[in-house]
Amino acid sequence: MLKELLIPRRIAMMAIAAILLGLCFVYGRWDWLLVPKYQKLMLTGFWNTLSLLVITMVLGMALAIPLGLAQAVGPWYLARPAQAFCGLVRGTPLLLQLFLLYYGIGSLFPSIPGIRESIFWPILRDAWYFAVLGLSLSVAGYEGEVMRGAFKGVPHGQLEAAKAMGMPRLTLFRRIWLPQALHRVLPTLGGETVLQLKATPLVAMITVTDIYAVSSRVRAETLIVYEPLLMLALVYLAITGMIVALFTWFERRLPSRTA
Amino acid sequence: MLGVLDASTLDLLAYSPPGWGATLLRGLWNSVLIATGAYALGLLIGTAGAYGKLYGSPLVKDLLSVYTTVVRAVPELVLILILYFAVTDAVNQIILAFGGNRIEISGVVAGIAVLGVVQGAYATEVLRGAILAVPTGQIEAAKAMGMPAGLLARRITLPLMLSFAIPGLANLWLVATKDTALLAVVGFAELTQATRQAASTTKAFFTFYAAAGVLYLVLSIASTMMFARIEIWARRGQRRTEG
Repeated sequence: MLKELLIPRRIAMMAIAAILLGLCFVYGRWDWLLVPKYQKLMLTGFWNTLSLLVITMVLGMALAIPLGLAQAVGPWYLARPAQAFCGLVRGTPLLLQLFLLYYGIGSLFPSIPGIRESIFWPILRDAWYFAVLGLSLSVAGYEGEVMRGAFKGVPHGQLEAAKAMGMPRLTLFRRIWLPQALHRVLPTLGGETVLQLKATPLVAMITVTDIYAVSSRVRAETLIVYEPLLMLALVYLAITGMIVALFTWFERRLPSRTA
Repeated sequence: MLGVLDASTLDLLAYSPPGWGATLLRGLWNSVLIATGAYALGLLIGTAGAYGKLYGSPLVKDLLSVYTTVVRAVPELVLILILYFAVTDAVNQIILAFGGNRIEISGVVAGIAVLGVVQGAYATEVLRGAILAVPTGQIEAAKAMGMPAGLLARRITLPLMLSFAIPGLANLWLVATKDTALLAVVGFAELTQATRQAASTTKAFFTFYAAAGVLYLVLSIASTMMFARIEIWARRGQRRTEG
């Protein structure tokens, strides 16, 4: 790994990249990084981005498993709605879905009598929950399609063997079907998590303070054009690197047989 | 919920001026225009990139992998902002250097350029995989017959790889149509931005966002059907593997 990097042309490329970064640092305006207010905001934003990513991936996958199962082996009255849902989510831009949820459906709530006095009102007003809902549904739509393929891809012999041993259907699902399907999607899932990370900045459009929203605020207040965006790109690159490393580590831990 | 979708707000979707139908359709047209341009530019970059990654010099390969890695790791929204400001800035600097006047770059051109660069990175990977799937014997046979590289690409490699590339390219087209929505952030009047204007003027948020959703959905269903036909065409002459 290290040997591959230490070829003259790669050293030269890295040197050029380092010089470019250095020039950005010397000639750019980075004084806003030292302002305590922005530091605090950036930490909040970073934390919000990460927690949105983790929460929506978990919730979305929890929805995607039944969606995939319904499409793969369900009766038509479950398969058709699941297909329609996946088509709907995959066929429209996420930004529009978020607008529809937050401004569209959100604007309908106040017309329901008595809702302002109910205990749900703080939740129904908070953009955070709309962002979680929108992003989770998006994960569910895309991963439902992936899980459909994964459930279908588990070798039939495995399921038949379990049935022949008299395994109850739920145990079969829990012990044989689901683990093998999840094992199959693990490489895909790494890529999908990166895609989900790249979808998170859209929540800034519905007023959630993620790291992207913080950088826009810095840009608006200090009138600096590029530097906050560069910082943002670096943050996302770093998180992507972490996701890829995590999934590689995870895949290595699972036994897999390659012919 | 149905009360909000009653006749009073549905009237707002009418085509002629008291309704906003014409604005929405113009937005849809702009979206399709940008998606098409960006897709074409992305395919050009992708074809060149795929050939560069497969047959280029080591330096070209390295540079291309930096390009595809960075573009695919940074959110499109951030890339669009960086590229949008950088491209318009760079063009203006060049024009000023030659003694011209600062110009305003049209949203369509900037949108196509920015999304095209993003699409190019994904197309590079799709086309590289597809070229690798072409049986080497075919390419070797053509080389053995002394076919020049350009003719080989045009007659053998590209037509043969098309059937492998179509599913990935169909996905890319759908991504292109949906990514045009992100241009709303830089204030360009594509479908999402037009919808946002219409909705905030009339306060009929639900009606307009639902209507725009239907338009996007029609676009994506029509595209899926079109690509299914293209795939059948690209697979002509291949043996069917069913049964």
